[in-house]
Amino acid sequence: MWRMASNPPAFSIVGQRIPKLDAIDKATGHAEYGHDVHLPGTLVGKILYADVPHARILSVDVSRAKRLLGVKAVITGADNPARKFGYGADNTPLKADKVRTRRDEVAAVAAVDEDTAEEALELIRVEYAPLPALFDPAAALAEGAPLVHEDKASNLFTRYNYSHGDGERAFDAADVVVEGDFDLPYVTHGAMETSFCLAAFDLQGRVTLWSTTQIPFLLQRDLAEALGIPGRDIRVIQPAIGGAFGRGLDVYPFEPIAALLAKAAGKPVRIAFTREEEFIASATRQPAQVHVRSAAKRDGTLWARDARLLLDAGAYISWGAVTPLVMMETVASLYHVPHARFVADVVYTNNPPTGAMRGYGNPQSTFFVEVQMDELADRLGMDPVEFRLRNANGPNEETPQGLRITSCGLRECIGEAARRIGWQTKDNSRQKDREPQAEDKASHLRQGIGIAATLNVGGGARIYRSDGCGATVKVDDFGRVTLITGSTEIGQGSETALAQIVAECMGVCLEDVTVLNSDTSVKPWDVGTHASRTTFIAGNAARRAAEDAKRQILEAAAKLLRVPAADLETRGRLIFPRGEASRAVSFDKVVRSMHYREGGNVVVGTGWYDPPTHLVDKDTYKGNISAAYGFGAQAVKVEVDIETGKVRVLRIVAAHDVGRAINPMYVEGQIEGGIQMGIGYALTEQLQVREGRILNPSFLDYRVPTALDMPPVESVIIETADPEGPYGAKGVGEMGVTPTAPAIANAIYNAVGVRMTQLPMTAERVLRELKKKE
Amino acid sequence: MLHHITLTVNGDAFELDVDPRRTLLEALRDKLELRGTHLGCNTGDCGACTVLLDGEPVPSCLVLAVDADGHEVTTVEGLVQDGQPHPVQNAIVAHGGIQCGYCTPGIVISSVALLKRNPHPTEAEVREAIAGNLCRCTGYQKIVEAVMDVANGK
Ligand code: FES
Ligand code: FES
Repeated sequence: MWRMASNPPAFSIVGQRIPKLDAIDKATGHAEYGHDVHLPGTLVGKILYADVPHARILSVDVSRAKRLLGVKAVITGADNPARKFGYGADNTPLKADKVRTRRDEVAAVAAVDEDTAEEALELIRVEYAPLPALFDPAAALAEGAPLVHEDKASNLFTRYNYSHGDGERAFDAADVVVEGDFDLPYVTHGAMETSFCLAAFDLQGRVTLWSTTQIPFLLQRDLAEALGIPGRDIRVIQPAIGGAFGRGLDVYPFEPIAALLAKAAGKPVRIAFTREEEFIASATRQPAQVHVRSAAKRDGTLWARDARLLLDAGAYISWGAVTPLVMMETVASLYHVPHARFVADVVYTNNPPTGAMRGYGNPQSTFFVEVQMDELADRLGMDPVEFRLRNANGPNEETPQGLRITSCGLRECIGEAARRIGWQTKDNSRQKDREPQAEDKASHLRQGIGIAATLNVGGGARIYRSDGCGATVKVDDFGRVTLITGSTEIGQGSETALAQIVAECMGVCLEDVTVLNSDTSVKPWDVGTHASRTTFIAGNAARRAAEDAKRQILEAAAKLLRVPAADLETRGRLIFPRGEASRAVSFDKVVRSMHYREGGNVVVGTGWYDPPTHLVDKDTYKGNISAAYGFGAQAVKVEVDIETGKVRVLRIVAAHDVGRAINPMYVEGQIEGGIQMGIGYALTEQLQVREGRILNPSFLDYRVPTALDMPPVESVIIETADPEGPYGAKGVGEMGVTPTAPAIANAIYNAVGVRMTQLPMTAERVLRELKKKE
Repeated sequence: MLHHITLTVNGDAFELDVDPRRTLLEALRDKLELRGTHLGCNTGDCGACTVLLDGEPVPSCLVLAVDADGHEVTTVEGLVQDGQPHPVQNAIVAHGGIQCGYCTPGIVISSVALLKRNPHPTEAEVREAIAGNLCRCTGYQKIVEAVMDVANGK
C-alpha cells in the first residue's frame, strides 16, 4: 500500500489497519449467516418458476401437491391478492394472470424437508396460453409490439434525456470525432452466500424476517405493501451477510413469498436459493447497447460527448432502472466536458429482470467513455495520460451538470497510476504501431499498458427523497460504548470503520466499542447500504451521536473535576483538564456518577445525518446528488497471445482518492475486490441469455476470477481530506470496479492495436478483431 | 433406509444414522450443527464447503455422508486448539483477508492442507491451492499474503 496524504493524519484510531471486528468469528466458523439460522419447526419453502417467457396463466392445479405427505402449505397468485410492489410498482409476489419472464413465481410450497418440497413442486400443474415474447429491447419499442405490462401504454418504461452545451453543433465545431457501438453483457453479483429469507409470524400477526437484504427499512415498507400488513408489524433481522454487491437493494418476490408461506402454514418458513436459482432468480447488471461519440479540439481539449443507450430492464422495474442517473454522470462530468448529451431508454422485455449491482451503471458508462478517451488521444496523436490530465476535473469545481466537486485527487490518481505502471519507460513505449522487437517477433505474446479513470459518488447519492442515516451511541457503567447504527454491514467492513470513528471521536479504545446494526426493532432508520455511502453517511451520523454522548459525559465530568467542559480532553478512556493528565477520571466512573445521583441521567447520544444534496431536477437531470465525489485511476499491463487472442492481466496499479482512509486495509480490500469484479467483467463473466433463459447458471460455466486469474494489485491511496466527510473520508465501495475493464481494453489496444467494444473480451473475440485487422 | 455410520469429526467420534443420499456437508451442518462449513453451490464448483477428509481437502458437498464412514474429518471449527486459532486463521484476520467471510472457512482449510504437505510454498503454489475456493469480495491478494506470511514464519 502506498499512501499519499495532503496533510498527514494526526489521529490515533482513524487511519489504522485494524482487522474487522467480526473477522475472528468468520475465520473460525462461528459467524452466523442467514443459512445458519435455525428456528424449531422451520419448514422449507420452494418456488415454482414459470419457465415460459410470456404467457397467460389459464389454471394452476395444486391439489396433488397439497395432498403430499409433509406439505404444509401451497400458495398461488389466485389465493393471494395481487399487491404490487417494487420500484416500478409492477411486480407481485406470485403471478395470477400472466407470466412475463421465465423466472416468474407462479406457486410456492412449504414442506417439512427439501425433498418433499421439490416433489410437491413437481406435482403442480400449470396451464399456459403462450403470448409472443420480446427478447430484444429494440423490438420491444417497435410499433405494435406486444405489451409486457398491458396496463402500460408502451414497453418504454422511461427515457432519460440529459444535455448541456451546444448539442449537435458542438460536434461540427470539433476537430476530431470518434464514434462507435458498444455492447455490454448481463453479469451477476455471484455473492458466495445465496439469497436467503426466513419468515416467522407470532400469534399476534407480527412477522420477523431474517434476510440478506441491504435495505432493511425499505424492505419493511415494501413488504408491508406486498403483504397488506402495517410496517410496524414487520421486523427485519440481518445475520452476517455473505456478500451482496447491490443484490439486496431491491425487494424480491421470494421475500413476501416466504412470509405468505409462513402465514399459510403457521410455521416459520425458510427460502434459501440454490446456486442455480441464484443465477436465474436474482438480479443482474443491465446489459446495454450503446452508440457513442466523443469529440476533441486539436489542442487536446475534450469537447463533446453524445451517448445513446438502450437498456433492457427485463420484465420488472427495480432500482436498477435508475442506473442511467449514474451513467449520465460519467458521460457529462468525468473530465471537463463542455458539451454533453445522454439519452437512455429503459425498456421492458421478457428477459430476466435487472437490478442494482456494484457501480450502479458506472461500469457500463466508464467503459465506453474511457475507451473513447483513449481513441481521441490516439487520433490527436497525444499521449493518453497527458490528454486525461489536461482535461481532468479538479478540486472546487462545479460541473455543467451541477455536481459540486470539493475534494478531488483525480490528477494525482492518474499521475501515480501511470508513473507506477512505468508509463514513460522505454520498453513500454506507447507507440502502438512500434516495430516489434526481434524477440517479440518470434514470440506470439505482446504486452501493452493502458489506463482509465473513474468518477463516483463518494458522499451518498440522493436517489430517494432522504439520503439519511441515524445512529445512537450509549455508554454504560463499565465504559462499554455501544454504537447502534442504521447502516448495514455486507462484508465491506463498514462496522469496523464506524467503530473507529466513534472511538476516535470519544477518546476511548477500539475494543471498547460494540456495533449493533442488524435489527430494525433496535436500530435507527437508514436508507440502506448502496452508492458507497456507508462510511460517509453512517460515519457522519455515528460521529454526531458520539459527539452528543461525549458532550453529556464531559458535562458530568466537568462537575466532578470542577473544570469547564470546554477545557476537558479525552484520550485512552480518560478525561482530564487539558494538559493535566494526572487529574484524569475514567469514562466509566463519570458514567456511574451520572447513574448514582439524584437527578441523574443515562448517556445516550443520538445523531442523524442527511447530506446537503438534492434530487436531480426531474426534467433537466441536473443537480448535486452527492456531498462528495470519489476519483480513481487504474493502469494495467496486459499480455495478449496473438495466436489465441487470450488476454492475461500481468499487473494493476490502482490509485484512488478516498478522501481519508479510515481503515487503509479495508480500503485496499474494496479496491482489490472491485478489481476482481472488474477483471471478471472485462474478460470472463457473461450470463448467456437466450430467449429469456439463462444458459449458464453455475460457477462452472459463469467464470468468476479465481486466485490464479488475479494479477498483483498495487493500491495507492490518495488522501484529499474531504471537508464534509467524517475525518475527511469519502466512499470507496464501488469505484474499484469501474475503471478496470476500460483500462484493460486500452492496454489491449496498446499491445495489439485492436479496439475492443464488446465485453467480456474473450480470447475468441480478441482473435476475431485481430483477424479483421490483418 | 438410514445407514449407521461412525466418523471422527474434529477429534470426537460420532455415530450417526444418515440417509444414503445426504452429503457430508449436510451431515456436518444439520446433524452435528457445525455450520462453519458453508454451502455455496452444492456442485463442487466453489470450495465454500471444503473440509479435511483424512487430512486431504475435499468439497464436502460432493462426499456422501455414508462414504465418510470410518474416516476422520476436520472442519474449520476443529482448527482451533485449546482456544487458540490456527496460525492461518490468525494471519488471514490480521491481513484483512476477510470481508463477508463466507468463503473463509473453505480457504482456511485449503491453505492449512497446503502448508501441511508443503510448508514453504511459493506464491504461485498458494494460488494454485486455493484456486478451487471462490471468493467474490477480496480479490484474494490479502489471503495469499496471509498464507505466505505463515509459510515464512512471520
Ligand atoms: S458448496 Fe461444495 S463446492 Fe460449492
Ligand atoms: S470474503 Fe466474501 S466471498 Fe470471500
